[in-house]
Amino acid sequence: MSVAALVAPRAVFVKPSPLPGFGLTFGFALTYLSLIVLIPLAVLVWRASGLGLDGIWRVATEPRVLAALRTSFVTAALAALANAVFGVVVAWVLSRYSFPGRRLLDAVVDLPFALPTAVAGIALAALYAPNGWIGSLLAPFDIRIAYTPAGIFVALVFIGLPFVVRTVQPVLEDLDREVEEASATLGASRGQTVRRVVLPLLAPAILTGVALAFARAVGEYGSVIFIAGNMPFRSEIAPLLIVMRLEEFDYTGASAIATIMLAISFASLLAINALQAVSRRRLGHA
Amino acid sequence: MRDAAIAESPWVRWLLIAIAVGFLALFLLLPLLAVFAQALSRGLGPYLSTFADADTQSAIRLTLLVAAIAVPLNLVFGIAAAWAIAKFSFPGKSLLVSLIDLPFSVSPVVSGLVYVLLFGAKGVLGPLMSDWDFKIIFAVPGIVLATVFVTFPFIARELIPLMQEQGSAEEEAALTLGASGLRTFLTVTLPNVRWALLYGVLLCNARAMGEFGAVSVVSGHIRGVTNTMPLHVEILYNEYDFVAAFAVASLLAGLALVTLVGKSVLEWRHGDELAAVRRH
Repeated sequence: MSVAALVAPRAVFVKPSPLPGFGLTFGFALTYLSLIVLIPLAVLVWRASGLGLDGIWRVATEPRVLAALRTSFVTAALAALANAVFGVVVAWVLSRYSFPGRRLLDAVVDLPFALPTAVAGIALAALYAPNGWIGSLLAPFDIRIAYTPAGIFVALVFIGLPFVVRTVQPVLEDLDREVEEASATLGASRGQTVRRVVLPLLAPAILTGVALAFARAVGEYGSVIFIAGNMPFRSEIAPLLIVMRLEEFDYTGASAIATIMLAISFASLLAINALQAVSRRRLGHA
Repeated sequence: MRDAAIAESPWVRWLLIAIAVGFLALFLLLPLLAVFAQALSRGLGPYLSTFADADTQSAIRLTLLVAAIAVPLNLVFGIAAAWAIAKFSFPGKSLLVSLIDLPFSVSPVVSGLVYVLLFGAKGVLGPLMSDWDFKIIFAVPGIVLATVFVTFPFIARELIPLMQEQGSAEEEAALTLGASGLRTFLTVTLPNVRWALLYGVLLCNARAMGEFGAVSVVSGHIRGVTNTMPLHVEILYNEYDFVAAFAVASLLAGLALVTLVGKSVLEWRHGDELAAVRRH
């Protein structure tokens, strides 16, 4: 009888492995995750739950909160749509064409990831203010961007662009060009091939990128507040309202708005995961 | 002319390139240029004198201090999480991976708010904090916590997919040859992931030094005490001291450029060793 058979079989959490250190690393990672992320977020939800669902609903439907939520979500959606168009063009150009400066342009796409949001915010405000480089060009036509919702849109386009480009670009690079050849051989024009063959294959990646850009834009704070003008009911975003509630020591109100935003973020996160599952199934690989 | 069938006509190609270049120049490069142009708009003298100011210097010191605490903490976490997740199999692993990414989907303002709810004057542990006379909110510990929260996933998410891809055959070989667990990690695992590690540290550091929203909520904006560089930019800007605001901003923009260059060099020279994580 082997030794193993003598030991009573017991349920094991981790599959046996010759490598050491599971207990230490898993224990540390889980503790750290709980202390830094999970417990603080749980406190937020617990705090808001003190209001009850109808209490949260009452906060959410206060006219000023409702207006701020609408501003945040509408401008984020519009910016994500703009990024869907320009992000795909940029990804296409970077992965398909060679031209001088392509590598530089490729590196520049990540600028919004690297540039602190406050820096982006004051730079955009300075550019689009009525006396700025771009603002002064538009002023004669009576177009104002800074200190209006259009300014929020500009900041959110800036923040969201790399999400679309960096999700679409690798898919475009991995795309089997033979599919396009087959389409051309069968008599499709280039435009038909792109529209009917390439774009449908890219669709899951584009949707994922747009969802990521949208999720980021909804919660964005630093780059927006400088250019938005922050006028209640007009260009005030939901994260700013959280900050203002906190400054008034209205912890419950702040938690309620934050919980609403969290719930919507998680919904978009679930949507992203579902989209990725669809794209994996369609393309047949991870 | 096999290629001609699957290529766009030259004018379409140049039109698309023009749109892409124009869009990136207008939306990305112009703001970057504006930072330096505004900072130097009154010449080099006023630009440099910003950095002689005591409050500016203390903001720079605080930003360096916060990054010097937050990045190593998340580095240790990233390595521990990646080891447990990539080298072992256990139930709930994919849930754990999603939870690690959680801070990315939380608004920066909410990331700061959660710590105010915990440690603020009216927070859950607020009374305890005042009994112990230990300040977290409106003090440096709160700024560090908020920064750790927002930069939490950066290093772990670079390491996990790479270490999963590499498997554990090499580590098993090292153990068979008599190496200790720690030695195996230091001489086998670490060299295999060093570029991905550096890549993660680079991105983590850029975000740690540049974080605004989360830090703004917990800092209390006390000049010379709890003001980080991005917060100092805001204060100077709101006081209409534009040259100084953009001068401090130019330092942060310089950091962003260094990060981008470092990131690009890693991608070009060690792209294969960054494996699946090269693109986000």
